[in-house]
Amino acid sequence: MITQPEELHDVRLQVNGSVHEVRVPARRLLSDALRHDCGLTGTHVGCEHGVCGACTVLVDGRPVRSCLMFAVSAVESEITTVEGLTEDDGTLSPVQQAFSDCHGLQCGFCTPGFLTTITAGLRENPEPSEDEAREMIAGNLCRCTGYQNIVKSVLRAAEIEREIERESGEQVQ
Amino acid sequence: MKPAPFAYLRPSTLEEALAALADTQGAKVLAGGQSLVPLLSMRLAAPSTLVDINGLPDLDGIAADAAGVRIGALARHADVLASAEASASQPLIGMALSHVAHPTIRNRGTTVGSIVHADAAAEMPMVLRLLDGTVDVASVRGRRTVPAADLFAGPLESTLAHDEVAVEAFFPALAPGGGVAFSEVARRHGDYALVGVAALVDTEGGEVTRARIGFVSVSDVPTVVDVSDALDDPAGAALAELEPADDIHATAAYRAHLVKVLTPRVLADAIHHARERTGA
Repeated sequence: MITQPEELHDVRLQVNGSVHEVRVPARRLLSDALRHDCGLTGTHVGCEHGVCGACTVLVDGRPVRSCLMFAVSAVESEITTVEGLTEDDGTLSPVQQAFSDCHGLQCGFCTPGFLTTITAGLRENPEPSEDEAREMIAGNLCRCTGYQNIVKSVLRAAEIEREIERESGEQVQ
Repeated sequence: MKPAPFAYLRPSTLEEALAALADTQGAKVLAGGQSLVPLLSMRLAAPSTLVDINGLPDLDGIAADAAGVRIGALARHADVLASAEASASQPLIGMALSHVAHPTIRNRGTTVGSIVHADAAAEMPMVLRLLDGTVDVASVRGRRTVPAADLFAGPLESTLAHDEVAVEAFFPALAPGGGVAFSEVARRHGDYALVGVAALVDTEGGEVTRARIGFVSVSDVPTVVDVSDALDDPAGAALAELEPADDIHATAAYRAHLVKVLTPRVLADAIHHARERTGA
């Protein structure tokens, strides 16, 4: 049987402030492009049909399932993966620090999706109640079922962000 | 869990997109992709070509006025939900959208795409049907307006031709004496509803003149039942016309039970909403 080689597309992905020129078939999921073509393996792939949330990345600042987008569709977007949450000097972001403080991860498989989701969630709602924190993460699954500490991490991250804001305010004065 | 190969086109004008759809056998439109991509990944669908409309201009509008709300094909659920103007004109849009999947899915999924995906387990096809809305459809043959009553053919099947693109949905505004309400039971908020129910009532001087109920996840198409003459037993009237089905999520008997519980509750909420709006 003679099969035609699959057509490849040149795609310019903007990820964490860098440009990645990749050559991929149209069916390449954004999650796979990030992992295999860009080498950014922080984005994890669980269910591959949009249910588990492990592959969540920020597309133009909004959380989106990268397994439900094709890389070819992402050409005009700015993508942030879990690797892009850390400061340039390696300092953990407030949400990452909160997960460390509150034991918000066990096996860590779901963590990248939680971190990106909560980072965007706190931008929209910087002072969530516990119920709002639960609602914020309701679309993500943790196979270790460590949800209690993830909820605590959301609240702690909000607290850290407030502390940073207060300190930077004091410095200005 | 990877899609089968397909050809990919990303046109920059609607005319190009329509020509591509007309010229290609087995092509499908890709908008938000939140329902289509899982179907492709699970290989339940294998289109020859995807025509990605995300690069088309002027399709992401959300415009509301006294007549109703017009939602463009690229308006994401999250943006429609965030539109105070849309919910002021037709409050049922926001009530139902907050139950559409999880926020992450709403960030990418489109309201118009969800409607023409025609899933009877989805909220917005039913809402459009209950409100007697319409969908504007374009093809190389021109544009036409399809009433919601003529839109849903069967499970995941709309009456659109293979080369047509839904460019806009229109949800009529809530009339001055009208009231609406929505409720659903799902295993988690954001999951598919086991049963979802919406009510639309008209009132005059606080008295109900017309009452209709829409159901999600009960039949294999979005279903609306007129209960104007059965206000004392709306669930009984609804169940006389519905045939709840078994699936892995719930038995038919449980669905019938949920219809019995939710229908009178949502109808009462809609009547209360109407009276609150009119001060009656």
